[in-house]
Amino acid sequence: MVARERNLLIGLGVAAVILIARLFIIQIVDTSYKESASNNSMVYDIIYPTRGVIYDRNGKILVGNKVAYDILVTPNEVGEFDTLLLASVLKTDPQAIRNKMAEYRRNRSRIGYQSMVMMKQLSPEDYMRFAEVQYKFPGFKGQVRSIRDYPINAGGNLLGYVSEVDASFIAAHPGEYRSGDYAGKTGIEAAREKDLRGVKGYHIYLRNSRNQIEERYKGGAMDKEAVPGHDIVTTIDADLQQYGQELMANKVGSVVAIEPKTGEILSMISSPGIDVSMLADIGKHYSEIVSDPYKPMFNRTVQASYPPGSVFKLVNGLIGLQEGVLDTKMAYPCNRGYRYSGNHKLGCHAHRSPLVLEEAIMMSCNGFFCYVLKSILENRKYKTIEDAFDRWREYVVSFGFGRKLGSDFPAELGGTIPTSKYYDKIYGKGGWKFTTVVSLSIGQGEIGVTPLQIANLSATVANRGYYYIPHIVKDSPGVEIAPKFHERQYTEVDTTEFKKVIQGMWRAVNSGFGSGGTASIAAVPGLDICGKTGTAQNPHGADNSVFICFAPKDDPKIAIAAYIENAGFGATWACPIASLMVEKYLNGSIAEGQRKDLEKRVMEGNLLDRVHVK
Amino acid sequence: MIESFKGRSIGQSFDWKLLSCYLLLVIFGLLNIYASVHGEAGGTFLSFSTRSGKQIVWIVTALVIAALIIFAIPPELWVSGAVIFYIFVVFLLVAVIFLGVEVKGSRSWFEFGPVRFQPAEISKISTSLMLAAVMSRSNFKISKLKDFLLAALIIGVPMLVIVAEDETGSALVYVGFIFMLYREGLTGWILMLIGLTILTFVLTLTASPYTAILTLAMITTFFLALNIRKIGKWILYGLGTGAIMSLLPWLINLLQEEFIPGAALLRDGLDDAWVKATILANSSWHWLLKVKPIYFLLALTLPAAPAALVKSYRKKDYFLGASALAFLVGIFMVYSTDFLFNDVLQDHQRSRIEVLLGMRDDPSGVGYNVNQSMIAIGSGGLSGKGYLNGTQTTYGFVPEQSTDFIFCTVGEEWGFVGCVGVILLYGFMIMRIIIDAEHSREHFTRIYGYCVASCLFMHLFINIGMTIGIMPVIGIPLPLMSYGGSSLWAFTAMIAIFVVLDHEERKYF
Repeated sequence: MVARERNLLIGLGVAAVILIARLFIIQIVDTSYKESASNNSMVYDIIYPTRGVIYDRNGKILVGNKVAYDILVTPNEVGEFDTLLLASVLKTDPQAIRNKMAEYRRNRSRIGYQSMVMMKQLSPEDYMRFAEVQYKFPGFKGQVRSIRDYPINAGGNLLGYVSEVDASFIAAHPGEYRSGDYAGKTGIEAAREKDLRGVKGYHIYLRNSRNQIEERYKGGAMDKEAVPGHDIVTTIDADLQQYGQELMANKVGSVVAIEPKTGEILSMISSPGIDVSMLADIGKHYSEIVSDPYKPMFNRTVQASYPPGSVFKLVNGLIGLQEGVLDTKMAYPCNRGYRYSGNHKLGCHAHRSPLVLEEAIMMSCNGFFCYVLKSILENRKYKTIEDAFDRWREYVVSFGFGRKLGSDFPAELGGTIPTSKYYDKIYGKGGWKFTTVVSLSIGQGEIGVTPLQIANLSATVANRGYYYIPHIVKDSPGVEIAPKFHERQYTEVDTTEFKKVIQGMWRAVNSGFGSGGTASIAAVPGLDICGKTGTAQNPHGADNSVFICFAPKDDPKIAIAAYIENAGFGATWACPIASLMVEKYLNGSIAEGQRKDLEKRVMEGNLLDRVHVK
Repeated sequence: MIESFKGRSIGQSFDWKLLSCYLLLVIFGLLNIYASVHGEAGGTFLSFSTRSGKQIVWIVTALVIAALIIFAIPPELWVSGAVIFYIFVVFLLVAVIFLGVEVKGSRSWFEFGPVRFQPAEISKISTSLMLAAVMSRSNFKISKLKDFLLAALIIGVPMLVIVAEDETGSALVYVGFIFMLYREGLTGWILMLIGLTILTFVLTLTASPYTAILTLAMITTFFLALNIRKIGKWILYGLGTGAIMSLLPWLINLLQEEFIPGAALLRDGLDDAWVKATILANSSWHWLLKVKPIYFLLALTLPAAPAALVKSYRKKDYFLGASALAFLVGIFMVYSTDFLFNDVLQDHQRSRIEVLLGMRDDPSGVGYNVNQSMIAIGSGGLSGKGYLNGTQTTYGFVPEQSTDFIFCTVGEEWGFVGCVGVILLYGFMIMRIIIDAEHSREHFTRIYGYCVASCLFMHLFINIGMTIGIMPVIGIPLPLMSYGGSSLWAFTAMIAIFVVLDHEERKYF
């Protein structure tokens, strides 16, 4: 019997040792409970900074901030409540609320006493309706939040959107974001995210387990205030941007306008684009945008690669002049085209023949530029056509083609300019000659450029031989742009050669109807617009309409490129659009009469049916 | 031994050590009740509007009850009145189901104006007295099936009624009477088997089948080693293997996290198909996710069992055979637990067990309680944060902190030192009761003493165990320390009866 008493006393001792050992582990060995204890009683109230405002070049607000309310719920504090009333106040479906609550219930151990965001971005009016009955819904509260506001409908694609960060975004930027933060995802919002976002702050409170705030932790001594984001001043002219968007309505293509003296992008229109009203709540419209066959998310200005068409003749002309195989007096014949290899012919339209460089630019003669490229590539200076071709390519690349320009715009693409190796690969070394690449004479064939690069060509010609890397953000207090944007980028063609083509561009616009100038429709008295049309073949339907111009001729303030898909001749659509924008920018308004009629025709034009969509 | 008691005065013949333990625990409990409520608005220590103030009233009345029992009520009454008392209390237990008021979902309270009282609390006393009365009869032998069944009936009736009242926690305390039965001659194997069954069931549900099987294997091999007197080898090989196997899940986790980015997300049961697909696509090691520690454990232990059976048959070593069978049955139990639990049990039965084991998705969040309780105790460290300085208990993170979770306040404010002190004090008190019980001549006193010790032990172990996360959350109070009149009165009366019975014994010396 005594043995049993002993066993029971040993058992008592073992039980005591078990309890004490467990206490030893949680009180002394494991420190995580102490950390949890401080997290438990301290609540970090995150103070979100206001995001920087985005201004246009004249101080107009493109993107501001406005107040919206999120509805937060602390599931642990919620008791029975009137789901139907809540749903009607929040203008939502009762089932949606039930589903949310069920979801919180499932994850309650992870949620604990945290608050969850149940509904996002209620307008102040909707929030007021909720606030009136809030006392009936313990555990529910509103949290003020600043969201993006767009006072002007200008530059949806350009500005980009801000949205809540997801798991992969947080992982891609370690330590910078937490769930519930917002970040710029595209456009300027993404490019200047670091400037715009500001620095989050927090207030520390002590709370009890019912999540009631009891007091400020150390009287607020450890708090950190939020630092608002830097404002960004863009180079965009909001009025011009908006006007350009109106002109481009119901057309597919791009217009890019640059201030040649600085490389500042005045407007950048990709059509169809994203309406700013969708940007504020991109999540709601996302599927609609993505399923649009005209791909409004696709920023054509920097991402589409097109053949440049006849505007590229300027580049070939300049290279010819620089190489010494062309001068202003040299005349070539053109009888409705350029014949080569027996029966082949690269066609041209009817115009006077023979003609010199200036006239060839004015009338956009195809034949003339075939002779020009032929003399460049068959130059005796170079041993082989490969060497001559690569030299030609070097010139072309110096104009900013075939590579990224290095603008501050995210997702810029570089287009393509072929190398001699490319043709070697297809035809074998020595297996190709000038006639193989004859299309390059007139900007067709194996060549792809972005509208931004074409606009940059326009600015380069306007500047007589150099350009500034096009950019979209200006220096402003607190935000300094990279020094490269203030440096002139010279092409490999001497600056003296440029005036020889500019005269042709001036005559293309200002010679009057009937003279053979291809861009007479762009003429605006007093503005001295210089331009070059282009009609680029499009394998999907009608030709693309292209036009570049700058004005005024002797003191260029704006250089512009318009590229309209499936719109036919350069003169029909691209030319009027670009010239109207120049007129609007330089004169502030469109002259009554012919010009107004032209504006009306452009704005009402609908070319969407012509565009091949998948 | 007997010599030393000669010539003692009446005063000396009380067990003053036991009474001192009692008073110390009650006063320490009062201090901690004040600490756990002082953060709430208003009221001072003595104010009757606070729980500490009310507890003073309960303590004073409890002392009056103790005095009545010790000095006024004739001790013989407990022996002679045991049967009537027992029947009366069982009647009350049944009546409360129909006449009682509902508190926290269980009908177990009578309400008389401002006073509420729970018959289940007195039932521990009446059952103990009844057991003592029946089992102290000279012809009673626990080894006889009929007598064993009688004892089981006496314990079982109030226990079942209490379960019917939805006070499953209180009913569990009655399991503790098995210790008293063991002392009175019940074979130890029954104790072992009951222990193993409960352990397996609870471990499977609360921890994992892996933990349950590993524990089972360790225990079986330990007894095998004990039987053939090779404890040294068991410590060397058994404990070594056990230690490696217990590290295995951790090791596999570590490997998975090392080679599979985001493995933790998947294990946490993240239900996002997209994230899952990304994680799987980004790792060539994703097959590692399919590796589970249980495979290794089963591969190691399962082939051993049939081998042991064969060996036991050849060598006629039946202990080995029984152990191997017990282990196999244990594994069967582990894997049928889920089936039993989800398919055999009825909904309400299951939910009761879920509440019992703290698995229930109820709004008050049982898991939350344990977590908060462990944070409070864990944050106390070695010497605690100091009296009234606890942040967790002051800010009210721990629910029920002046009643069932009073130990949290001890843990947070008095630290490891305070906790060990409290456990040793209880341990010493129970030990005193056992020693006094062994010294008594009357079987009645001895059996009753063991009943008191068993009840105290069950309350102590379950209550403290649940606050530190080794026992499921079962809402029973910490004897003498928790806030509340019913429990304090009942334990006071229970101990006072033992003190007076013991006092009677000492008079003989």
